[in-house]
Amino acid sequence: MLSKKFAQVDRDFCVACGSCVKVCPREAIFVWRGVTAAVEALRCVGCGKCARECPAGAITLEERGAAQ
Amino acid sequence: MNRSKHWYEYLWIVTPVYLLLGFFNILFAWLGMIFFCVPLIIAIATGNKTYCNRYCDRGQFLTLLGGRLRLSRNRPTPNWMRSRWFRYGFLVFFLVMFLQMLWVTYLVGAGAQSLGQSVKLFWTFRVPWHWAYHGTLLAPWVAQFAFGFYSMMLTSNLIGWIVMALYKPRTWCVFCPMGTMTQLICKAKAGGAQLPCTACGEKEAQT
Ligand code: SF4
Ligand code: SF4
Ligand code: SF4
Repeated sequence: MLSKKFAQVDRDFCVACGSCVKVCPREAIFVWRGVTAAVEALRCVGCGKCARECPAGAITLEERGAAQ
Repeated sequence: MNRSKHWYEYLWIVTPVYLLLGFFNILFAWLGMIFFCVPLIIAIATGNKTYCNRYCDRGQFLTLLGGRLRLSRNRPTPNWMRSRWFRYGFLVFFLVMFLQMLWVTYLVGAGAQSLGQSVKLFWTFRVPWHWAYHGTLLAPWVAQFAFGFYSMMLTSNLIGWIVMALYKPRTWCVFCPMGTMTQLICKAKAGGAQLPCTACGEKEAQT
């Protein structure tokens, strides 16, 4: 079963620091080429840990289906 | 979650050790060149922010203070602080200050100015630091550079701790000049490459 929500990264704000990667319990978020973090949507369980950690406020939790 | 720690997760120790060494002998400030070169080399060579993501002692130290030691209020970083103009503006300011520090080093080297045995905090306040200078067999400019470099390191650490306490543990990383520079390099290296479709749950396209 997929979670209702999943994390999304706003590239305009992400500084690719990797703080989010360290707290994700599902290894669902990674830093892509030092440019931005990105979420593997199917792995993400929408726990929001990454969003709480992100110093740049770049992560929001979105409803599934809205963006897919 | 239980997992064994990697060796590099203990690198936070480097921050207090560095600051302490510079307190006793300013020449140790030169070691800071490592923190200056390594991130850039990694970014240029591999096109990744592996330094920030893995090795940076400062980022880890901030996580330790703000996270495990709970010294951070954990409030959102203000919008202006995470805005692009502030990040790039701070980078430019930092680089200008760096050049100015090199200029003073040059003046001391040329004998046009005498060695200032002090540390300048926030680019403004002079703090006596003469106990860390023990005379040197090396030229005075070597010590001058060390004082200047140490001032920069201490100031940026202080700013990091202040914003850590006020906002998120790693708020400093949002406008850290080194982080901004390495991200710019990575962006340039990635060029027009497209972010992999991450909805599929595969990580392969990461490289
Ligand atoms: S914590 Fe935020 S700024 Fe840092 S890499 Fe993750 S999404 Fe980007
Ligand atoms: S919401 Fe939770 S599972 Fe999803 S990327 Fe963030 S930390 Fe990982
Ligand atoms: S942004 Fe700066 S302080 Fe943060 S991890 Fe990167 S180099 Fe270290």
